[in-house]
Amino acid sequence: MSELNQKAVAKYQNNFLKEVEERVEDGEWVSMCMQCGVCAGSCPLGPHWEHSPQKIFRMIMAGKRDEVLTSDSVWMCTSCYSCIVRCPRKLPITHIMHGIAHYAHRLGVAPKGQPTRELASVFWKNLVKTGRVNELKFSLAVYFKDGFSQGIKNLLGMQGIALGLVKAKRLNPMEIIGGHKCKDVGGIQKMLAKAKEIEDRRQGYTS
Amino acid sequence: MAEMKTAAYICSGCGLGDKLDVPQLAKIAQKEGKMALVREHDFLCNAEGVQMIRDDIEKEAVTHICIAACSRRAKTEAFNFPSVAMTRANLREGVIWVVSEGADHDEVRQEMADDYVRMGCAELKKAKMPEGNPNHTHLKNLMVVGGGVSGMTAAFEAAETGYEVILVEKQAQLGGWADKLWKRVPFKAPYAEPQDTGIAELAAKVSSHPLIKVCLNTTVAETSGAPGRFAIKLAQESGAITEVSAGAIVQATGFTTYDIAKLPELGGGLENVVDHAGLEVLARAANGGAIKRTDGREIKSVVFLQCAGQRDDTGQHLPYCSGHCCATSIKQAIYFKDANPEVSTVVVYDDLRVPGMGEDFYRSAQHKGVIFAKGKASKVETAGTGCRVNYRDLILDADSILDADLVVLATGQVPSSGVNVVEWDRLTKEADGGSVEAKQQKSELKNISILNLTYRQGPDVPKLKYGFADSHFICFPYETQRTGIYTAGPVRRPMDILQATEDATGAALKAIQAAENASLGRAAHPRAGDLSYPIVRLEGCTQCKRCTVECPFGAIDEDEKRFPVFNEQRCRRCGTCMGACPVRVISFENYSVDTVGNQIKAIEIPDEFSEKPRILVLACENDAYPALDMAGLSRIVYSAFVRIIPVRCLGSVNTIWITDALNSGYDGVMMMGCKKGDEYQCHFVKGSELAGYRMSKIGDTLTGMGLEPERVSTFEVAITDNAKVAGFINDYVAQLVEMGPSPMKGFN
Repeated sequence: MSELNQKAVAKYQNNFLKEVEERVEDGEWVSMCMQCGVCAGSCPLGPHWEHSPQKIFRMIMAGKRDEVLTSDSVWMCTSCYSCIVRCPRKLPITHIMHGIAHYAHRLGVAPKGQPTRELASVFWKNLVKTGRVNELKFSLAVYFKDGFSQGIKNLLGMQGIALGLVKAKRLNPMEIIGGHKCKDVGGIQKMLAKAKEIEDRRQGYTS
Repeated sequence: MAEMKTAAYICSGCGLGDKLDVPQLAKIAQKEGKMALVREHDFLCNAEGVQMIRDDIEKEAVTHICIAACSRRAKTEAFNFPSVAMTRANLREGVIWVVSEGADHDEVRQEMADDYVRMGCAELKKAKMPEGNPNHTHLKNLMVVGGGVSGMTAAFEAAETGYEVILVEKQAQLGGWADKLWKRVPFKAPYAEPQDTGIAELAAKVSSHPLIKVCLNTTVAETSGAPGRFAIKLAQESGAITEVSAGAIVQATGFTTYDIAKLPELGGGLENVVDHAGLEVLARAANGGAIKRTDGREIKSVVFLQCAGQRDDTGQHLPYCSGHCCATSIKQAIYFKDANPEVSTVVVYDDLRVPGMGEDFYRSAQHKGVIFAKGKASKVETAGTGCRVNYRDLILDADSILDADLVVLATGQVPSSGVNVVEWDRLTKEADGGSVEAKQQKSELKNISILNLTYRQGPDVPKLKYGFADSHFICFPYETQRTGIYTAGPVRRPMDILQATEDATGAALKAIQAAENASLGRAAHPRAGDLSYPIVRLEGCTQCKRCTVECPFGAIDEDEKRFPVFNEQRCRRCGTCMGACPVRVISFENYSVDTVGNQIKAIEIPDEFSEKPRILVLACENDAYPALDMAGLSRIVYSAFVRIIPVRCLGSVNTIWITDALNSGYDGVMMMGCKKGDEYQCHFVKGSELAGYRMSKIGDTLTGMGLEPERVSTFEVAITDNAKVAGFINDYVAQLVEMGPSPMKGFN
């Protein structure tokens, strides 16, 4: 955790719940969980998580800061919204999961090499460059994230699908050079930088 | 009384005329039933039919009528002739609706109807019109024992209804536990904040009510008599005795809290471990400000441990849930949060149950920042200046620790229900046998008695599960096994203030009803309004004491010569004494050994070659008979070989009926009663159990008669068992057919 981050969270001492309530998007809902377990039972990915949303909420209340923020589980949410639909206490569970993931990422404590996190990072970088997602470059960046030889293997594995997409005019090989972009790339980038600045200030990451 | 004149009315409405040979039924009523007057009508329950009967009563001086139409449970408003004795032959629900359709079954259907007409006429000849207990009482006031929420509410509601009340309270002031609370759980929307208890206002209203006499520092030294004439001795703290009388009694003696000293593993006995009551003391002292411990230290963190010494399956502590504790802990956690939101409040629970609108209250506490942790505490120990709670987190499945300045144990309610009369009975027997120790224990036990009843069955109302005063939670919550004495509030089951308030109101109304019925010479629940009462022919009595012992309601005392003395006002008219009496000297005007015995003998028994068995069904009129009627209403077919006689309770079945039936050639006897045992459904508490017990003893007699013991069987039938009861009948008939006809046939 960076020094600024440490400073920002220092005031919460042992009260992780309060930290979540104040700093995680929709975090103020966590304390309304009544531990019924409907979210855990509804989650289609349930068996593949280490911690169900129910457990994540309980861990937050029990002050298990490190376990929550480094948990792989919050990254596993596919946003199917089954939990939100079914929660008897109307907690926006999907949003809270994303909120926690985002918060852990911003603190720099999210699990390294977590595929969802890496994919999201690549996606974001790709997007802010031109204001448009360049699918070809995005796919290549994902394939080659684990080195050159793995990248070639990934490419060969996907070539059938890629050729099909080209044939169906869903993938333009020319995108590799420059690619399409929005009208005012500079404007978009400035806008995003400003938004980040505002958020960082609000969250206390910058003074 | 005028000379007996009988009349039978045979209805041909509701399809009876199409399915049955009504003129033949009329002939049977006349020839075999020997009815003085027999009339047919095609719609007996309409105005014209009813007028015909009224005219006969008036002009023909008819005193006894048999109505052969529908079930005795149907058309009771039309067939309401209070000035004559009446029997009903059930041809509709009992015959045409339950016998298979079609001409193939015409013969058995007609035989069944013939028999029911014979039975109706036979019963009629032995029945008298009940005239009511001549020993009317005149007291209609209530005594309420206990001046807490339940007692004050019962007293106030009864007084507002216009009845005088004597309110007896052991303490020096009214209020009970509720008066010790800082605030109570909210009863009204938005169910978010703890409320003022309102006890002071209620106590003031009760104290100043012109119809309520409040006796403080007072206990009940002796209660004798019966509904409508209870004679009570009240003992003041000074030892002075005042004699008062009351028509009925409401016992609202509440509860005590479970002793936390019995919970050393949860820190019971440690300085900074209290129960709910202990926390209320601290909250009252804080008066809305920061809550401090007894050592003066402000509490910054508090842990509530739910189900402390409750819902225990080890047998050491209370096995039940007290129902109010979740909401109470939520309320107390809010005390802390309201005084200072920074106080850490954790409720460790296994299951959080907040009945009524408590979910909103629970949510409110969550909004205020109270943390709820599903877990089970294993150990509470002193740590630093406070306590350390070791618990198993049941969500994370991990052992965890919580440190707190104060730990609150949510202990349960222990009913203040006085003496266990079963224990009392045992000690009485031992003391009578000469045991000095038992005598000593008995006098110690007497000290904790609440009502000090002079009944032979013991000084208090019987207890049911877990020491709570007996009541049937679902059907008749306030009824105890002592007529005219009603329990209300936590003495009969764990409850909170709101439930106790409703409970007390209900009990007060039941008590009023009991006093009113006694004053009219009528029965109380469940045969409320019944004018018949037990009449005993003492000259035939052998002083065997079976009636006095078996009466479920302690209605029968013994005089010095050990003859039974009936307190009719205590009697519920179940007839258990009549069933118990070996010399058959107890009867009711319209229900006796003869009214049923005559019906049993009136039936025509076909010979053993006819392949038409006859099975006598003695059906409890509370549940089994309605279930049989419902079977008819749903057109569920059952065997036409049964002949059903409703009985007040299986407890009233005298074994002579069984012997008579088997001797006259019946192939079997089915006894249908309510569920017995701990979860009993018997309206008279133990009638069905007694019947089961008595029948278990007649196996040898049957074998001695050369009969298979299976020829007498008992069945448990609930009121909803209409399909099941037909199955019972058909299976039993099939079993008897396989067994072959009774060897007793043809001897009469």
